[in-house]
Amino acid sequence: MRSATPWSEVFDQLLVATGETLYMVVVSTLIAVLLGTPVGIWLQLTAPGGLNPRPVLHKVLGFVVDLGRSMPFLVLLVVLTSLTRLLLTSTIGPTAAIVPLSVGAIPFVGRLVQNVLSEVNVAVVEAAVTTGSSTLRIVRSVLLRESLPALINAIGVTAIALLGYSAMAGVVGGGGLGDLAVRMGYQRFNDRFLWSTVVVLAIIATAIQLVTNRVARGVDRRRTTSI
Amino acid sequence: MITVENLTKTFPGSTGQVRALDGVNLDVAAGTVLGVVGPSGAGKSTLARCVALLERPDSGAIRVDGTDLVSLDGTALRAARRQIGVVPQGDSLLRQRTAAGNVALPLEAAGVAGPQRRNRVAELLDLVGLTDKAGSYPDQLSGGQRQRIAVARALAASPSVLLADEPTSALDPDTTGSVLTVLDRARAELGVTVLVVTHDMGVVRKICDDVAVLEGGRVVEHGKVLDLVSDAASRTAASLLPAVDQNPAAEGAFDRVADIVLIGFAAVGALLPEATSRFGVELNLLGGGLTRLGETPVARFRVGLKGERADSALEWISEAGGSVRRTLAGPQGVAA
Ligand SMILES: Nc1ncnc2c1ncn2[C@@H]1O[C@H](COP(=O)(O)OP(=O)(O)OP(=O)(O)O)[C@@H](O)[C@H]1O
Ligand SMILES: [Mg+2]
Repeated sequence: MRSATPWSEVFDQLLVATGETLYMVVVSTLIAVLLGTPVGIWLQLTAPGGLNPRPVLHKVLGFVVDLGRSMPFLVLLVVLTSLTRLLLTSTIGPTAAIVPLSVGAIPFVGRLVQNVLSEVNVAVVEAAVTTGSSTLRIVRSVLLRESLPALINAIGVTAIALLGYSAMAGVVGGGGLGDLAVRMGYQRFNDRFLWSTVVVLAIIATAIQLVTNRVARGVDRRRTTSI
Repeated sequence: MITVENLTKTFPGSTGQVRALDGVNLDVAAGTVLGVVGPSGAGKSTLARCVALLERPDSGAIRVDGTDLVSLDGTALRAARRQIGVVPQGDSLLRQRTAAGNVALPLEAAGVAGPQRRNRVAELLDLVGLTDKAGSYPDQLSGGQRQRIAVARALAASPSVLLADEPTSALDPDTTGSVLTVLDRARAELGVTVLVVTHDMGVVRKICDDVAVLEGGRVVEHGKVLDLVSDAASRTAASLLPAVDQNPAAEGAFDRVADIVLIGFAAVGALLPEATSRFGVELNLLGGGLTRLGETPVARFRVGLKGERADSALEWISEAGGSVRRTLAGPQGVAA
């Protein structure tokens, strides 16, 4: 039985790992939202009852998206290593983990965004259609703007999911809190690392939730009127 | 003005094809209000959606000022949509935009920007009487105010036709009045041609010049409201005029019994008294009453006449513009 690592050392490593995790989560969330939102829009536009229904295209697209979603992240991580090498000429470190994290979250974001957009009242969308607005304008001024609060919440959900996935980044040497918990806490039975990372992860997840909720409410012009 | 020619639309249903529209013909003269009424499932909303260019009919034409809009696509379709302002059924305002922002939507689509857009929005808010609500969000407005904003939005890009699908179906009678007033002002002040789909004959009574009755996807009655009410056999008369109860006991006491429809101030006020004095007959009101169609007072009375010249009196009333329908009556049981 070794004596427990001093708190100061735990703290130092925790700080580094937190930085790595935040870096991975923020950047991959950004990329996933940037690339996944168009996928979601496309899914919604081509859906039956959408602005531009294309049943076959919609089915194919949906199939690909769901295939991507059902792929275990660990498999994706390994498979995408070569893509990462191509893009970043490096397959280790937190930056390398961002590629599989982002790619893995794109279909996730796609479905989330489609769901959110499909909630926009049909009468509202049709009203915009009758004004002679182009599809692009309707997407921008109606679909995205009307569902902005829900979209912001979806970003929060994505970030929290990616926080979880980033724990596996250790496999490609990505570091981060999850990696620290596994390496120091689990494999070396070091309780201080295990529990402190869990606490920090919980704090980050809660913070993401609080901030996105707050921002979503801030941009929402609906006032839920009690009957 | 707008004409609908031979419009048909079929939907696939669980028990074979549903013919929602089966050769519908309509025309609405510029600056008039047509009410499309009919029982549930008659095809009213389908017609409205076709005219709004949201649904493509199987065949037929929809002409605004002569041009057929049915077969258009792409940019031409979007341009055509701007000629028809639509107040969709139900809540259709963007909930994340202010009232003014909602009214501005069609102007953005039409590429109107800057002070020109602001001025136009202000004009329309004034037209619907909601200038003070410019900065309010839909959730801060009442149902009637929201509907008036929807009308203002439909009119923003200066369409020549305004189409409203059940604009008052979710509103109480008072609020309904305010929305109808706005539709009426649109016609009067902007000269738009208005097509309003409704199941409420009260809407027809208050603002419609013309009415079309739809049943089973067909137009079964179409014409000027004031013409149709003089025809006692019409559905429009049956639903708009005061009811007359059958009362054979009371009617037996008269030489002649007739239903008389009178239209306009002069007729309603003077025709019956003048007939009694001219022909020396006794005239009793047995039923019916007075109502108003738009600005025009309209009466339907069941009258009983006693006297030698009862027939002449009825004939004179008819010649003077009253619409007379005699009923079987008289102690002799003679068909008059
Ligand atoms: N999208 C659709 N798919 C299948 N059938 C439809 C569709 N839209 C309408 N129908 C059918 O077409 C017929 C006419 O419907 P429509 O909604 O036009 O009637 P309506 O006169 O507006 O009735 P209501 O007063 O109840 O609103 C009905 O039999 C309806 O079931
Ligand atoms: Mg309907």
